[in-house]
Amino acid sequence: MTRLEAQTEGIPLPRMSNVSQPFWDGCRAGRLLYQRCQTCGHIVFEPALLCRWCTGRILQWEQSTGQGKVYSWTVAYRPQTDAFTTPYAPVIVDLDEGFQMLSNIIDCDTDDLAVGMRVQVDFREVGPMTLPYFRPA
Amino acid sequence: MPPAPVSSHPYRDVAIAAVYNTTQARRLEGHDSLSITIEAALGVLETAGVSAADVNGVGGERTADLVYLLGLGPSWVGGGMGGVPAVLAAASAIAAGECHTVLIACGGAGVYNDRVATAPWTRPANEFVLPFGMYTALEFALIARRHMAMYGTSSKHLAEVAATIRNNGHVNPEAVYYGRGPYTREDILASRIVADPFHLLDCSMTGEGGGAMLLTTADRATDLRLPPVYILGGGIDQMGPAYRYAPSWDLVGARQDYPNGYVGKRAAAQSFAMAGLGPSDVDVCEFYDPFSFEIIRQFEAFDFCRPGEGPDFVMEGRIGPGGQFPTTTDGGLLSYSHAGGTVQMLQRVMRGVQQLQGQCRTMQVDGAEVALCSNGGAGALFTNVILLGNGRP
Repeated sequence: MTRLEAQTEGIPLPRMSNVSQPFWDGCRAGRLLYQRCQTCGHIVFEPALLCRWCTGRILQWEQSTGQGKVYSWTVAYRPQTDAFTTPYAPVIVDLDEGFQMLSNIIDCDTDDLAVGMRVQVDFREVGPMTLPYFRPA
Repeated sequence: MPPAPVSSHPYRDVAIAAVYNTTQARRLEGHDSLSITIEAALGVLETAGVSAADVNGVGGERTADLVYLLGLGPSWVGGGMGGVPAVLAAASAIAAGECHTVLIACGGAGVYNDRVATAPWTRPANEFVLPFGMYTALEFALIARRHMAMYGTSSKHLAEVAATIRNNGHVNPEAVYYGRGPYTREDILASRIVADPFHLLDCSMTGEGGGAMLLTTADRATDLRLPPVYILGGGIDQMGPAYRYAPSWDLVGARQDYPNGYVGKRAAAQSFAMAGLGPSDVDVCEFYDPFSFEIIRQFEAFDFCRPGEGPDFVMEGRIGPGGQFPTTTDGGLLSYSHAGGTVQMLQRVMRGVQQLQGQCRTMQVDGAEVALCSNGGAGALFTNVILLGNGRP
């Protein structure tokens, strides 16, 4: 059993684009943002230029509660590069609004990881960026 | 009397004449990716008994380089994709009369020598996956874990696949991991965990080597050194770019036909329909094995069994030597070779050809007539399929 923690400065950080900038700005402000298509109403995540459900071009930012459950998980005992501290636990989270995102679980013991576990977004500063991690709710 | 009906099969006039693997090794001293690719290219020409002057098409990687270096002059070239798509594109070009003899050659060497980090081609650069430490094993682990949660698939099932394929490599003198076994399920489970649920021995190895294939017209192939192999069917299923989006089992497109967990289902169904065959007609399964679980997933995706039945399907020796569906018979990416780029994708098709030509030094399936070969995996959002036979379609 090992406690999972957030990473520290030195890991490779996101290089944001014009499309994703509002998402990362939201993280810095403690808000988890996603887009909703104004044509068909579907959620679009990751941030995109068009809706992949109807090709609509009018997308509006909305704020997620940041609550959801674990859809799938793994634990890395070998890191991507040695900039990462092991173990760390990549997860796909089902957000309650109805979209999925990739993140890491923190503040959790590796033995407690389970599909279906309720989680809550937890923003952490890593170097100059704020990353949206998740922790048990 | 009316003439006998002529087959309308799209690849009726196309044949695979020969395949050739260079030496595969953990490290091929003195080689880089270009030099090992050239070695593979010259090797397949010699194996087929065809001179470079008779080649007027190049598919796979490095197409323009090879046209120039081999002095081919004006030639058809494919779109730069490797593996199954390269073979299908070459076959289509020959069928359409755009060229008559196509060389596909690829290889990797000198790319990954430091071993400090994971192999460079496994690491994404995208902003939504990079900071979360993703690399290939983790992408595929997220797929496997979801199947485990849905159907009760266990590490025991994964280990059965890994032990079976690694044992195929253990007895293959041409495999990078020749002589490393034999392996039991317990050996797999005793190796360290890399990306839960994957133990080290559930994951593909990395090596170096080249491989090449020569395709030509069915007419020309009849006069060459080895029996021709035919393309009975093929299909390409792509869900999006690899290692860019969350690798979700349930990712779908707007049509919501098949989820990413069954990527390759459409491609396999198309291949079988083109051939007028079904899974029970397959003699050899040369499936892509980046991770042990992918074999279980493909048996479900390709309709050898129903969703959730894959774990039991691979047990009891069904995918091993002498089983109903001998699988990845050279040792695959787990044990034979995995040189990065696309050579290991082409090598799945190449092994299918060797099986149908009766040219395998080890694990030759007696009387093999139909081989199903695949590339890709749900963790990478694509699976491509090609169905080979030794009878002209």
